[in-house]
Amino acid sequence: MSLLAVHDLAVARGGLRAVEGVSFTLQEGKALILRGPNGIGKTTLLRCVAGLQPPVAGRIELAADAVAYAAHADGLKSALTVAENLRFWAQVFGGGDEARALEWMELTALADRPALALSAGQKRRLGLARLLVSGRPLWVLDEPTVSLDAASVGRFADMIRMHLSGGGAALMATHIDLGLDEAQVLDLTPYRARPGRVERPAGFNEAFA
Amino acid sequence: MLALLKRDLTLATRAGGGFGLAVAFFLILCALVPFGVGPDSEALRPIAPGILWVGALLSSLLSLDRIFALDHEDGSLDLLATAPIPLEGVVAVKAFAHWITTGLPLVVAAPVFGLLLHLPGEAVFWLILSLLIGTPALSMLGAFGAGVTVGLRRGGLLLSLLVLPLYIPTLIFGTEVTRRGAEAADPFTPMLFLGGITAGVLALVPFAAAAALRVNLR
Repeated sequence: MSLLAVHDLAVARGGLRAVEGVSFTLQEGKALILRGPNGIGKTTLLRCVAGLQPPVAGRIELAADAVAYAAHADGLKSALTVAENLRFWAQVFGGGDEARALEWMELTALADRPALALSAGQKRRLGLARLLVSGRPLWVLDEPTVSLDAASVGRFADMIRMHLSGGGAALMATHIDLGLDEAQVLDLTPYRARPGRVERPAGFNEAFA
Repeated sequence: MLALLKRDLTLATRAGGGFGLAVAFFLILCALVPFGVGPDSEALRPIAPGILWVGALLSSLLSLDRIFALDHEDGSLDLLATAPIPLEGVVAVKAFAHWITTGLPLVVAAPVFGLLLHLPGEAVFWLILSLLIGTPALSMLGAFGAGVTVGLRRGGLLLSLLVLPLYIPTLIFGTEVTRRGAEAADPFTPMLFLGGITAGVLALVPFAAAAALRVNLR
């Protein structure tokens, strides 16, 4: 069964089309890695799939409340402890095993530390542990491995494999090799929007389109 | 939703959360006015209701930009937008948390500050009641302003300009309730208007604020 189907999608950033004509489907248990040079629209495409912005053209088919989104910002509150941060997201998304998520990202020993005192890589690991407590089948990941060390990248790849074997799916944009040999790769370069078809930003009305 | 309310209240009371900022500002204002106007009780008494209400309004304005700006900076707002809670619910909960951390302390502190301004004793009850009914509208309208300006750097000025006109009806009727209370006149008519404004704002503004947030998240 396909969790996500994208048909002839075009996305725009700042009113300018980034990529267009992108189509793919993502089955349960599969991972798809988006590649392409900076600025081609990977983040924008992922935000469209997550429902944070509307596509310019095309269709995105997925079940309601299927997406767990993780981007450059981890959504952590520095005044809360690691465990409190994770518990909040677990409660918002309706449950999930917090202890297991901490265990997966090797944060159990840090559970009572304030998030303020975490290193960049530890914060990232906490942001990724949130995916496990979201209980959502489709993970949409934007550069998930930024500031992770090699061991953590391996651990994260294992976590994705575990998620896929449990019937989940992952759509991610990354520049580094995760060691996920089974993942399909989609290079966005051929889908770059042609300059001739670029629409002028619609100015004020764009906000209400 | 309860988890969100609990988190916002926890954050407000921890270091750097800004809890008590509104009350401190309110206290400073009410303490300074007698120095500016003069300690004469005949001069202070007629302006006390107005000063107290303007003070409550400005104190509530002070922390408005924090409602969404902090969550936008650290990415929480994106995650909340993809969460199973509707965005309208997020707005309502965050406005409620803002009211508990700013509006409610003002309601509690207002009688004491009323003394500083020689507010007549019989008006204190009406002051508390009018603040209790009026301040939720201030927080909710503020959440709308915060939603409109969330992506902007230094959006505080624009936020104040957007929100202050919306605050005026609440200010007029809130002051009128307290003034009539002080003069032993009938305060029920302005009280009904005040309650009507708050009820309308609480019912409609979450939808407007959520729509503004969706546009800003793009």
